[in-house]
Amino acid sequence: MLELKNISFRINDDGRETEILNDISYTLEDEKFLIITGPNGGGKSTLAKVIMGIEKPTSGQILLNGKDITNLDITERAKLGVGYAFQNPPRFKGLTVRRLLSLAHGSDLPEDECCAYLTNVGLCSREYLNREVDTSLSGGEVKRIEIATLMARNLDVAIFDEPEAGIDLWSFTMLVESFKVMCKGRHRSVILISHQERIMQLADEILVVANGKIRTQGSREEVFPKLLGEFGDNCGFRGKEA
Amino acid sequence: MRDDIVSSLLKQISDIEVIPSDGAYNIRKNGEGIERRSTKDVEITTKTDKPGIDIRVAPFAKADSVHIPVVITDSGVKDTVYNDIYIGEGAVVTIVAGCGIHNSGCDASQHDGIHRFFIGKGARLRYIEKHYGEGEGTGERILNPTTVVEMEEDSFCEMESVQIRGVDSTKRDMKANLDKGAKLVITERLMTHGKQFAGSDMEINLNGEGSSAQIISRSVAKDGSSQVFYPRAVGNAPCQAHIQCDSIIMDDAKVRSIPEIAANHYDAQIVHEAAIGRINNDQLIKLQTLGLCESEAEEIIIEGFLK
Repeated sequence: MLELKNISFRINDDGRETEILNDISYTLEDEKFLIITGPNGGGKSTLAKVIMGIEKPTSGQILLNGKDITNLDITERAKLGVGYAFQNPPRFKGLTVRRLLSLAHGSDLPEDECCAYLTNVGLCSREYLNREVDTSLSGGEVKRIEIATLMARNLDVAIFDEPEAGIDLWSFTMLVESFKVMCKGRHRSVILISHQERIMQLADEILVVANGKIRTQGSREEVFPKLLGEFGDNCGFRGKEA
Repeated sequence: MRDDIVSSLLKQISDIEVIPSDGAYNIRKNGEGIERRSTKDVEITTKTDKPGIDIRVAPFAKADSVHIPVVITDSGVKDTVYNDIYIGEGAVVTIVAGCGIHNSGCDASQHDGIHRFFIGKGARLRYIEKHYGEGEGTGERILNPTTVVEMEEDSFCEMESVQIRGVDSTKRDMKANLDKGAKLVITERLMTHGKQFAGSDMEINLNGEGSSAQIISRSVAKDGSSQVFYPRAVGNAPCQAHIQCDSIIMDDAKVRSIPEIAANHYDAQIVHEAAIGRINNDQLIKLQTLGLCESEAEEIIIEGFLK
Protein backbone atom coordinates (compact mmCIF):
# COMPACT_ATOMS: atom_id res chain seq x y z
CA MET A 1 0.00 0.00 0.00
CA LEU A 2 1.25 3.46 -0.92
CA GLU A 3 0.15 6.46 1.12
CA LEU A 4 0.75 10.06 0.13
CA LYS A 5 0.10 12.47 2.98
CA ASN A 6 -0.13 16.22 2.31
CA ILE A 7 2.56 16.20 -0.38
CA SER A 8 3.65 19.65 -1.54
CA PHE A 9 6.49 20.50 -3.88
CA ARG A 10 7.67 24.03 -4.56
CA ILE A 11 10.49 25.28 -6.73
CA ASN A 12 12.33 28.55 -6.55
CA ASP A 13 12.35 30.00 -10.01
CA ASP A 14 14.47 33.17 -10.19
CA GLY A 15 13.46 34.21 -6.71
CA ARG A 16 9.81 33.41 -7.36
CA GLU A 17 8.26 30.47 -5.53
CA THR A 18 6.17 28.23 -7.79
CA GLU A 19 3.95 25.55 -6.36
CA ILE A 20 4.08 22.39 -8.48
CA LEU A 21 2.23 20.11 -6.06
CA ASN A 22 -0.11 21.42 -3.43
CA ASP A 23 -1.19 19.28 -0.50
CA ILE A 24 -1.79 16.00 -2.29
CA SER A 25 -3.08 13.12 -0.19
CA TYR A 26 -4.01 9.77 -1.62
CA THR A 27 -3.92 6.11 -0.63
CA LEU A 28 -3.29 3.42 -3.22
CA GLU A 29 -4.38 0.01 -2.02
CA ASP A 30 -2.61 -3.15 -3.15
CA GLU A 31 -3.74 -4.86 -6.36
CA LYS A 32 -5.07 -1.58 -7.72
CA PHE A 33 -4.46 -0.10 -11.15
CA LEU A 34 -4.45 3.69 -10.87
CA ILE A 35 -4.51 6.06 -13.82
CA ILE A 36 -3.35 9.62 -13.23
CA THR A 37 -4.54 12.03 -15.86
CA GLY A 38 -4.94 15.76 -16.28
CA PRO A 39 -3.65 18.67 -18.34
CA ASN A 40 -0.01 19.13 -19.32
CA GLY A 41 2.00 20.93 -16.66
CA GLY A 42 -0.52 19.98 -13.98
CA GLY A 43 2.02 18.10 -11.82
CA LYS A 44 1.49 14.44 -12.84
CA SER A 45 5.10 13.65 -13.69
CA THR A 46 6.37 15.54 -10.66
CA LEU A 47 4.09 13.48 -8.44
CA ALA A 48 5.49 10.29 -10.00
CA LYS A 49 9.06 11.53 -9.44
CA VAL A 50 8.27 12.40 -5.83
CA ILE A 51 7.05 8.84 -5.27
CA MET A 52 10.23 7.41 -6.87
CA GLY A 53 12.46 9.77 -4.85
CA ILE A 54 13.80 11.65 -7.88
CA GLU A 55 12.31 14.82 -6.42
CA LYS A 56 12.09 15.49 -2.68
CA PRO A 57 8.77 16.93 -1.52
CA THR A 58 8.93 20.31 0.22
CA SER A 59 6.53 18.94 2.81
CA GLY A 60 4.42 15.87 3.38
CA GLN A 61 5.01 12.19 3.96
CA ILE A 62 5.15 9.05 1.82
CA LEU A 63 4.52 5.62 3.29
CA LEU A 64 5.10 2.31 1.53
CA ASN A 65 3.48 -0.65 3.24
CA GLY A 66 3.38 1.42 6.43
CA LYS A 67 7.07 2.36 6.31
CA ASP A 68 8.00 6.04 6.01
CA ILE A 69 10.08 6.36 2.83
CA THR A 70 10.00 10.17 2.59
CA ASN A 71 13.70 10.52 3.33
CA LEU A 72 14.90 7.46 1.44
CA ASP A 73 16.86 7.98 -1.79
CA ILE A 74 16.03 6.54 -5.21
CA THR A 75 18.13 3.39 -4.77
CA GLU A 76 16.63 2.59 -1.38
CA ARG A 77 13.09 3.01 -2.70
CA ALA A 78 13.93 0.87 -5.75
CA LYS A 79 15.12 -1.88 -3.43
CA LEU A 80 11.85 -1.65 -1.50
CA GLY A 81 9.93 -2.29 -4.73
CA VAL A 82 9.19 1.09 -6.32
CA GLY A 83 9.80 1.31 -10.07
CA TYR A 84 9.50 4.15 -12.54
CA ALA A 85 9.40 4.12 -16.34
CA PHE A 86 10.59 7.47 -17.69
CA GLN A 87 8.50 9.56 -20.04
CA ASN A 88 11.72 10.32 -21.96
CA PRO A 89 14.05 7.41 -21.19
CA PRO A 90 17.79 8.13 -21.36
CA ARG A 91 19.96 6.26 -23.87
CA PHE A 92 23.19 4.47 -23.01
CA LYS A 93 26.22 4.04 -25.23
CA GLY A 94 27.49 0.48 -25.11
CA LEU A 95 24.72 -0.93 -22.91
CA THR A 96 22.80 -3.72 -24.63
CA VAL A 97 19.08 -4.31 -24.26
CA ARG A 98 19.82 -7.67 -22.64
CA ARG A 99 22.17 -6.13 -20.07
CA LEU A 100 19.68 -3.37 -19.23
CA LEU A 101 16.91 -5.93 -18.71
CA SER A 102 19.25 -8.04 -16.56
CA LEU A 103 20.15 -5.00 -14.44
CA ALA A 104 16.43 -4.32 -14.01
CA HIS A 105 15.80 -7.94 -13.05
CA GLY A 106 18.69 -7.91 -10.57
CA SER A 107 20.49 -10.89 -12.09
CA ASP A 108 21.42 -12.26 -15.50
CA LEU A 109 18.23 -12.92 -17.42
CA PRO A 110 18.12 -16.01 -19.64
CA GLU A 111 17.62 -15.24 -23.31
CA ASP A 112 14.10 -16.68 -23.47
CA GLU A 113 12.93 -14.54 -20.54
CA CYS A 114 14.41 -11.40 -22.12
CA CYS A 115 12.64 -12.31 -25.33
CA ALA A 116 9.33 -12.76 -23.54
CA TYR A 117 9.51 -9.24 -22.05
CA LEU A 118 10.43 -7.73 -25.39
CA THR A 119 7.67 -9.59 -27.21
CA ASN A 120 5.21 -8.24 -24.63
CA VAL A 121 6.09 -4.69 -25.65
CA GLY A 122 5.86 -5.51 -29.35
CA LEU A 123 9.53 -5.84 -30.22
CA CYS A 124 10.85 -8.70 -32.29
CA SER A 125 13.03 -9.90 -29.49
CA ARG A 126 16.03 -11.67 -31.02
CA GLU A 127 16.82 -8.69 -33.19
CA TYR A 128 16.99 -6.44 -30.16
CA LEU A 129 18.75 -8.46 -27.45
CA ASN A 130 22.28 -7.44 -28.38
CA ARG A 131 21.49 -4.00 -29.69
CA GLU A 132 22.70 -1.04 -27.69
CA VAL A 133 20.18 1.26 -26.06
CA ASP A 134 21.72 4.23 -27.84
CA THR A 135 20.74 6.75 -30.49
CA SER A 136 20.49 3.99 -33.12
CA LEU A 137 17.09 3.11 -31.64
CA SER A 138 14.01 5.15 -32.45
CA GLY A 139 12.08 7.03 -29.76
CA GLY A 140 9.30 4.42 -29.86
CA GLU A 141 11.76 1.54 -29.51
CA VAL A 142 13.43 3.13 -26.48
CA LYS A 143 10.02 3.71 -24.89
CA ARG A 144 9.09 0.06 -25.30
CA ILE A 145 12.40 -1.14 -23.87
CA GLU A 146 11.77 1.21 -20.93
CA ILE A 147 8.42 -0.46 -20.30
CA ALA A 148 10.10 -3.89 -20.56
CA THR A 149 12.63 -2.89 -17.85
CA LEU A 150 9.73 -2.51 -15.42
CA MET A 151 8.14 -5.75 -16.56
CA ALA A 152 11.41 -7.52 -15.72
CA ARG A 153 11.10 -6.49 -12.07
CA ASN A 154 8.90 -7.62 -9.22
CA LEU A 155 7.52 -4.39 -7.85
CA ASP A 156 5.17 -3.27 -5.14
CA VAL A 157 4.44 -0.06 -7.02
CA ALA A 158 5.20 0.25 -10.75
CA ILE A 159 4.88 3.77 -12.17
CA PHE A 160 4.65 4.37 -15.92
CA ASP A 161 4.89 7.96 -17.15
CA GLU A 162 2.91 8.25 -20.40
CA PRO A 163 4.04 4.86 -21.73
CA GLU A 164 1.98 5.26 -24.89
CA ALA A 165 3.69 8.49 -26.00
CA GLY A 166 5.71 7.91 -29.16
CA ILE A 167 4.29 4.45 -29.77
CA ASP A 168 2.50 3.92 -33.07
CA LEU A 169 -1.18 3.12 -33.24
CA TRP A 170 -0.61 -0.45 -34.46
CA SER A 171 1.52 -1.31 -31.45
CA PHE A 172 -0.72 0.59 -29.10
CA THR A 173 -3.39 -2.12 -29.06
CA MET A 174 -0.75 -4.69 -28.16
CA LEU A 175 0.59 -2.46 -25.42
CA VAL A 176 -2.87 -2.09 -23.92
CA GLU A 177 -3.11 -5.89 -23.87
CA SER A 178 0.28 -6.06 -22.11
CA PHE A 179 -0.86 -3.66 -19.45
CA LYS A 180 -3.99 -5.75 -18.94
CA VAL A 181 -1.76 -8.77 -18.31
CA MET A 182 0.50 -6.74 -16.06
CA CYS A 183 -2.41 -5.66 -13.86
CA LYS A 184 -2.97 -9.27 -12.98
CA GLY A 185 0.67 -10.20 -13.00
CA ARG A 186 3.92 -9.24 -11.41
CA HIS A 187 3.31 -5.90 -9.78
CA ARG A 188 1.21 -5.41 -6.71
CA SER A 189 -0.09 -2.07 -7.89
CA VAL A 190 0.38 0.01 -10.99
CA ILE A 191 0.31 3.78 -11.42
CA LEU A 192 0.06 4.88 -15.00
CA ILE A 193 0.07 8.47 -16.24
CA SER A 194 -1.94 8.65 -19.42
CA HIS A 195 -4.32 10.69 -21.51
CA GLN A 196 -5.53 7.72 -23.54
CA GLU A 197 -9.15 6.75 -23.23
CA ARG A 198 -8.43 3.09 -23.95
CA ILE A 199 -5.79 2.90 -21.25
CA MET A 200 -8.09 4.65 -18.78
CA GLN A 201 -10.60 1.89 -19.32
CA LEU A 202 -8.13 -0.50 -17.66
CA ALA A 203 -8.14 1.52 -14.44
CA ASP A 204 -9.58 0.55 -11.12
CA GLU A 205 -9.22 4.12 -9.99
CA ILE A 206 -8.66 7.44 -11.72
CA LEU A 207 -6.97 10.52 -10.27
CA VAL A 208 -7.24 13.83 -12.10
CA VAL A 209 -4.34 16.15 -11.22
CA ALA A 210 -4.50 19.76 -12.35
CA ASN A 211 -2.70 22.85 -11.09
CA GLY A 212 -0.78 20.70 -8.61
CA LYS A 213 -3.93 19.52 -6.87
CA ILE A 214 -6.21 16.52 -7.03
CA ARG A 215 -9.25 17.76 -8.92
CA THR A 216 -11.17 14.49 -9.04
CA GLN A 217 -10.61 11.04 -7.65
CA GLY A 218 -12.60 7.87 -7.56
CA SER A 219 -13.35 4.58 -9.26
CA ARG A 220 -13.23 4.34 -13.05
CA GLU A 221 -17.00 3.97 -13.11
CA GLU A 222 -17.41 7.25 -11.27
CA VAL A 223 -14.70 9.37 -12.86
CA PHE A 224 -14.42 8.14 -16.44
CA PRO A 225 -17.87 9.29 -17.69
CA LYS A 226 -17.23 12.79 -16.32
CA LEU A 227 -13.86 12.91 -18.12
CA LEU A 228 -15.47 11.92 -21.40
CA GLY A 229 -17.62 15.02 -21.05
CA GLU A 230 -14.51 17.14 -20.55
CA PHE A 231 -12.68 15.56 -23.48
CA GLY A 232 -15.74 16.03 -25.66
CA ASP A 233 -15.61 19.69 -24.83
CA ASN A 234 -12.01 19.57 -26.07
CA CYS A 235 -11.06 22.56 -23.95
CA GLY A 236 -12.52 21.09 -20.80
CA PHE A 237 -9.34 21.13 -18.75
CA ARG A 238 -8.18 24.50 -19.89
CA GLY A 239 -11.60 26.08 -19.49
CA LYS A 240 -11.84 25.04 -15.88
CA GLU A 241 -8.32 26.10 -15.01
CA ALA A 242 -8.71 29.59 -16.42
CA MET B 1 60.97 -18.35 -18.98
CA ARG B 2 57.66 -16.92 -18.05
CA ASP B 3 56.32 -16.65 -14.57
CA ASP B 4 52.93 -15.79 -13.06
CA ILE B 5 53.40 -12.02 -13.41
CA VAL B 6 54.26 -12.37 -17.09
CA SER B 7 51.31 -14.70 -17.69
CA SER B 8 48.94 -12.29 -15.98
CA LEU B 9 50.28 -9.33 -18.00
CA LEU B 10 49.98 -11.31 -21.22
CA LYS B 11 46.38 -12.16 -20.42
CA GLN B 12 45.56 -8.50 -19.81
CA ILE B 13 47.11 -7.23 -23.02
CA SER B 14 46.76 -9.99 -25.55
CA ASP B 15 44.35 -12.57 -24.16
CA ILE B 16 47.07 -15.23 -24.36
CA GLU B 17 48.43 -16.92 -21.28
CA VAL B 18 50.07 -19.81 -23.03
CA ILE B 19 51.90 -19.96 -26.33
CA PRO B 20 49.29 -20.07 -29.09
CA SER B 21 49.25 -23.51 -30.71
CA ASP B 22 49.33 -21.98 -34.16
CA GLY B 23 50.08 -18.59 -35.67
CA ALA B 24 53.17 -16.44 -35.52
CA TYR B 25 54.16 -14.62 -32.36
CA ASN B 26 56.96 -12.70 -30.69
CA ILE B 27 57.15 -12.03 -26.96
CA ARG B 28 59.45 -9.29 -25.69
CA LYS B 29 60.31 -9.06 -22.00
CA ASN B 30 62.37 -6.35 -20.27
CA GLY B 31 63.89 -5.19 -23.54
CA GLU B 32 64.68 -8.57 -25.10
CA GLY B 33 62.85 -10.97 -27.38
CA ILE B 34 62.26 -14.17 -25.39
CA GLU B 35 60.01 -16.35 -27.53
CA ARG B 36 59.14 -16.35 -31.23
CA ARG B 37 57.56 -18.38 -33.97
CA SER B 38 57.34 -17.62 -37.70
CA THR B 39 54.94 -19.44 -40.00
CA LYS B 40 54.73 -20.15 -43.72
CA ASP B 41 52.87 -16.87 -44.28
CA VAL B 42 54.25 -14.69 -41.51
CA GLU B 43 57.98 -14.21 -41.13
CA ILE B 44 59.34 -12.48 -38.02
CA THR B 45 63.00 -11.43 -38.02
CA THR B 46 65.18 -9.43 -35.65
CA LYS B 47 66.36 -6.04 -36.86
CA THR B 48 70.10 -5.76 -37.25
CA ASP B 49 70.53 -1.99 -36.95
CA LYS B 50 68.34 -1.25 -33.93
CA PRO B 51 66.16 -3.03 -31.37
CA GLY B 52 62.96 -4.46 -32.81
CA ILE B 53 61.54 -6.83 -35.37
CA ASP B 54 60.33 -6.94 -38.95
CA ILE B 55 57.11 -8.78 -39.64
CA ARG B 56 56.38 -9.74 -43.24
CA VAL B 57 53.01 -11.15 -44.19
CA ALA B 58 53.13 -12.87 -47.56
CA PRO B 59 50.99 -11.51 -50.42
CA PHE B 60 47.49 -12.96 -50.54
CA ALA B 61 48.05 -14.86 -47.28
CA LYS B 62 45.03 -15.49 -45.10
CA ALA B 63 46.99 -15.51 -41.87
CA ASP B 64 45.56 -16.13 -38.43
CA SER B 65 46.28 -13.79 -35.58
CA VAL B 66 49.86 -12.65 -35.03
CA HIS B 67 50.67 -11.82 -31.39
CA ILE B 68 53.50 -9.42 -30.55
CA PRO B 69 53.15 -8.53 -26.85
CA VAL B 70 55.72 -6.67 -24.78
CA VAL B 71 56.00 -7.06 -21.02
CA ILE B 72 58.13 -5.21 -18.52
CA THR B 73 58.49 -6.68 -15.06
CA ASP B 74 61.76 -5.07 -13.90
CA SER B 75 61.66 -1.64 -12.33
CA GLY B 76 63.68 1.09 -14.03
CA VAL B 77 63.66 -0.42 -17.54
CA LYS B 78 63.54 1.98 -20.47
CA ASP B 79 62.81 -0.01 -23.58
CA THR B 80 62.57 1.50 -27.04
CA VAL B 81 61.60 -0.83 -29.85
CA TYR B 82 61.18 -0.35 -33.59
CA ASN B 83 58.79 -2.75 -35.30
CA ASP B 84 58.15 -2.61 -39.03
CA ILE B 85 55.20 -4.55 -40.33
CA TYR B 86 54.79 -5.27 -44.03
CA ILE B 87 51.44 -6.63 -45.18
CA GLY B 88 51.71 -8.08 -48.69
CA GLU B 89 49.24 -7.30 -51.46
CA GLY B 90 45.81 -8.85 -50.88
CA ALA B 91 46.78 -10.41 -47.53
CA VAL B 92 44.35 -10.57 -44.61
CA VAL B 93 45.75 -10.57 -41.08
CA THR B 94 45.00 -9.66 -37.47
CA ILE B 95 47.86 -8.43 -35.32
CA VAL B 96 47.49 -8.26 -31.55
CA ALA B 97 50.09 -6.05 -29.89
CA GLY B 98 50.16 -4.42 -26.52
CA CYS B 99 52.34 -3.63 -23.57
CA GLY B 100 51.95 -4.57 -19.94
CA ILE B 101 54.14 -3.11 -17.23
CA HIS B 102 54.40 -4.55 -13.72
CA ASN B 103 56.43 -2.13 -11.68
CA SER B 104 57.03 -3.07 -8.07
CA GLY B 105 60.05 -0.81 -7.64
CA CYS B 106 60.54 2.91 -7.25
CA ASP B 107 62.15 3.66 -10.63
CA ALA B 108 60.13 4.48 -13.72
CA SER B 109 59.54 1.72 -16.26
CA GLN B 110 59.04 2.92 -19.78
CA HIS B 111 58.26 1.35 -23.13
CA ASP B 112 58.33 3.39 -26.33
CA GLY B 113 57.07 1.28 -29.22
CA ILE B 114 57.53 2.69 -32.70
CA HIS B 115 55.38 0.72 -35.11
CA ARG B 116 55.39 1.30 -38.85
CA PHE B 117 52.82 -0.44 -41.01
CA PHE B 118 53.13 -0.79 -44.78
CA ILE B 119 49.82 -2.14 -45.99
CA GLY B 120 49.92 -3.44 -49.56
CA LYS B 121 47.36 -3.00 -52.30
CA GLY B 122 43.98 -4.47 -51.35
CA ALA B 123 45.36 -5.93 -48.08
CA ARG B 124 43.29 -5.98 -44.91
CA LEU B 125 44.78 -5.47 -41.46
CA ARG B 126 43.11 -5.54 -38.10
CA TYR B 127 45.43 -4.24 -35.40
CA ILE B 128 44.60 -4.43 -31.70
CA GLU B 129 46.79 -2.71 -29.11
CA LYS B 130 46.17 -2.86 -25.37
CA HIS B 131 48.09 -1.00 -22.73
CA TYR B 132 48.04 -1.97 -19.11
CA GLY B 133 50.01 -1.20 -15.99
CA GLU B 134 50.11 -2.70 -12.49
CA GLY B 135 52.43 -3.19 -9.55
CA GLU B 136 52.67 -1.92 -6.02
CA GLY B 137 55.83 0.15 -6.56
CA THR B 138 56.02 3.93 -6.65
CA GLY B 139 57.90 3.92 -9.97
CA GLU B 140 55.97 5.37 -12.84
CA ARG B 141 54.64 3.20 -15.67
CA ILE B 142 55.14 5.05 -18.92
CA LEU B 143 54.04 4.02 -22.41
CA ASN B 144 54.68 6.17 -25.48
CA PRO B 145 53.56 4.45 -28.67
CA THR B 146 54.26 5.90 -32.09
CA THR B 147 52.34 4.48 -35.03
CA VAL B 148 52.87 5.21 -38.69
CA VAL B 149 50.53 3.68 -41.25
CA GLU B 150 51.16 3.75 -44.98
CA MET B 151 48.14 2.47 -46.86
CA GLU B 152 48.32 1.51 -50.53
CA GLU B 153 45.44 1.52 -52.97
CA ASP B 154 42.19 -0.10 -51.76
CA SER B 155 43.75 -1.38 -48.55
CA PHE B 156 41.76 -1.55 -45.33
CA CYS B 157 42.99 -1.05 -41.79
CA GLU B 158 41.08 -1.26 -38.56
CA MET B 159 42.96 -0.20 -35.42
CA GLU B 160 41.71 -0.61 -31.89
CA SER B 161 43.66 0.81 -29.00
CA VAL B 162 42.69 0.31 -25.41
CA GLN B 163 44.24 1.71 -22.26
CA ILE B 164 41.99 1.16 -19.31
CA ARG B 165 44.15 1.21 -16.23
CA GLY B 166 47.47 1.50 -14.57
CA VAL B 167 49.49 3.59 -17.02
CA ASP B 168 50.81 6.74 -15.35
CA SER B 169 51.80 8.60 -18.45
CA THR B 170 51.19 8.00 -22.11
CA LYS B 171 51.88 10.05 -25.18
CA ARG B 172 50.48 8.54 -28.35
CA ASP B 173 51.58 9.67 -31.75
CA MET B 174 49.89 8.45 -34.86
CA LYS B 175 50.27 9.32 -38.49
CA ALA B 176 48.51 7.73 -41.44
CA ASN B 177 48.77 8.28 -45.18
CA LEU B 178 45.96 6.90 -47.31
CA ASP B 179 46.23 6.19 -51.02
CA LYS B 180 43.38 5.83 -53.51
CA GLY B 181 40.38 3.91 -52.12
CA ALA B 182 42.10 3.10 -48.82
CA LYS B 183 39.93 2.90 -45.72
CA LEU B 184 41.07 3.46 -42.15
CA VAL B 185 38.96 2.89 -39.05
CA ILE B 186 40.43 3.81 -35.66
CA THR B 187 38.78 3.17 -32.30
CA GLU B 188 40.53 4.53 -29.26
CA ARG B 189 39.38 3.84 -25.71
CA LEU B 190 41.09 5.38 -22.77
CA MET B 191 40.58 5.79 -19.06
CA THR B 192 42.83 7.75 -16.74
CA HIS B 193 42.72 8.03 -12.96
CA GLY B 194 44.85 9.27 -10.08
CA LYS B 195 47.41 11.77 -11.37
CA GLN B 196 47.76 10.10 -14.77
CA PHE B 197 48.34 11.94 -18.01
CA ALA B 198 47.37 10.82 -21.51
CA GLY B 199 48.03 12.70 -24.70
CA SER B 200 47.05 11.66 -28.20
CA ASP B 201 48.31 13.27 -31.39
CA MET B 202 46.83 11.99 -34.60
CA GLU B 203 47.33 13.05 -38.18
CA ILE B 204 45.40 11.39 -40.98
CA ASN B 205 46.30 12.41 -44.52
CA LEU B 206 43.75 11.37 -47.11
CA ASN B 207 45.82 11.60 -50.25
CA GLY B 208 44.01 9.34 -52.72
CA GLU B 209 40.68 9.64 -54.45
CA GLY B 210 37.93 7.75 -52.63
CA SER B 211 39.97 7.27 -49.46
CA SER B 212 38.09 7.39 -46.18
CA ALA B 213 38.78 7.49 -42.47
CA GLN B 214 36.64 7.05 -39.40
CA ILE B 215 38.07 7.84 -35.99
CA ILE B 216 36.12 7.15 -32.82
CA SER B 217 37.74 8.21 -29.57
CA ARG B 218 36.09 7.62 -26.22
CA SER B 219 37.70 8.51 -22.96
CA VAL B 220 36.96 8.79 -19.27
CA ALA B 221 39.04 11.05 -17.04
CA LYS B 222 38.73 10.41 -13.30
CA ASP B 223 40.27 11.85 -10.13
CA GLY B 224 42.98 14.43 -10.86
CA SER B 225 44.03 12.96 -14.21
CA SER B 226 44.36 14.90 -17.43
CA GLN B 227 43.95 14.16 -21.12
CA VAL B 228 44.76 16.08 -24.27
CA PHE B 229 43.53 15.03 -27.72
CA TYR B 230 44.77 16.51 -30.94
CA PRO B 231 43.17 14.72 -33.89
CA ARG B 232 43.79 16.13 -37.36
CA ALA B 233 42.33 15.04 -40.68
CA VAL B 234 43.66 16.48 -43.91
CA GLY B 235 41.78 15.88 -47.15
CA ASN B 236 44.04 16.22 -50.18
CA ALA B 237 41.71 14.47 -52.65
CA PRO B 238 38.01 13.59 -53.03
CA CYS B 239 37.66 11.75 -49.73
CA GLN B 240 35.58 11.33 -46.60
CA ALA B 241 36.62 11.53 -42.98
CA HIS B 242 34.67 11.49 -39.76
CA ILE B 243 36.23 12.11 -36.37
CA GLN B 244 34.22 11.64 -33.22
CA CYS B 245 35.70 12.39 -29.79
CA ASP B 246 33.57 11.81 -26.68
CA SER B 247 34.90 12.28 -23.19
CA ILE B 248 33.37 11.81 -19.78
CA ILE B 249 34.92 14.02 -17.16
CA MET B 250 34.73 13.25 -13.44
CA ASP B 251 36.06 14.60 -10.14
CA ASP B 252 38.94 17.08 -10.62
CA ALA B 253 40.06 15.77 -14.00
CA LYS B 254 40.91 17.92 -17.00
CA VAL B 255 40.23 17.11 -20.66
CA ARG B 256 41.25 19.12 -23.71
CA SER B 257 40.20 18.27 -27.23
CA ILE B 258 41.75 20.30 -30.03
CA PRO B 259 40.39 19.03 -33.32
CA GLU B 260 41.68 20.20 -36.66
CA ILE B 261 40.16 19.43 -40.03
CA ALA B 262 41.63 20.67 -43.25
CA ALA B 263 40.44 20.35 -46.84
CA ASN B 264 42.82 20.90 -49.72
CA HIS B 265 40.41 19.60 -52.34
CA TYR B 266 36.98 20.75 -53.44
CA ASP B 267 35.50 17.26 -52.93
CA ALA B 268 36.96 16.54 -49.51
CA GLN B 269 34.22 15.94 -46.93
CA ILE B 270 35.53 16.05 -43.40
CA VAL B 271 33.45 16.09 -40.25
CA HIS B 272 34.50 16.43 -36.67
CA GLU B 273 32.36 16.00 -33.59
CA ALA B 274 33.69 16.49 -30.08
CA ALA B 275 31.96 16.46 -26.73
CA ILE B 276 33.19 16.60 -23.16
CA GLY B 277 30.76 16.32 -20.30
CA ARG B 278 29.98 14.74 -17.01
CA ILE B 279 27.92 11.57 -16.77
CA ASN B 280 24.37 12.26 -17.86
CA ASN B 281 22.18 12.72 -14.80
CA ASP B 282 19.17 10.94 -16.32
CA GLN B 283 21.33 7.88 -17.00
CA LEU B 284 22.40 7.82 -13.35
CA ILE B 285 18.83 8.23 -12.12
CA LYS B 286 17.54 5.52 -14.46
CA LEU B 287 20.03 2.99 -13.12
CA GLN B 288 19.32 4.08 -9.55
CA THR B 289 15.62 3.41 -10.14
CA LEU B 290 16.69 -0.16 -10.95
CA GLY B 291 18.23 -0.45 -7.47
CA LEU B 292 21.87 0.40 -8.19
CA CYS B 293 23.71 2.88 -5.99
CA GLU B 294 25.36 5.91 -7.56
CA SER B 295 28.85 4.41 -7.80
CA GLU B 296 27.54 1.15 -9.30
CA ALA B 297 25.53 3.16 -11.82
CA GLU B 298 28.62 5.21 -12.74
CA GLU B 299 30.64 2.04 -13.25
CA ILE B 300 28.05 0.55 -15.60
CA ILE B 301 27.77 3.77 -17.61
CA ILE B 302 31.57 3.99 -17.98
CA GLU B 303 31.90 0.31 -18.82
CA GLY B 304 29.37 0.68 -21.64
CA PHE B 305 30.86 3.95 -22.84
CA LEU B 306 34.31 2.38 -23.15
CA LYS B 307 33.11 -0.92 -24.59
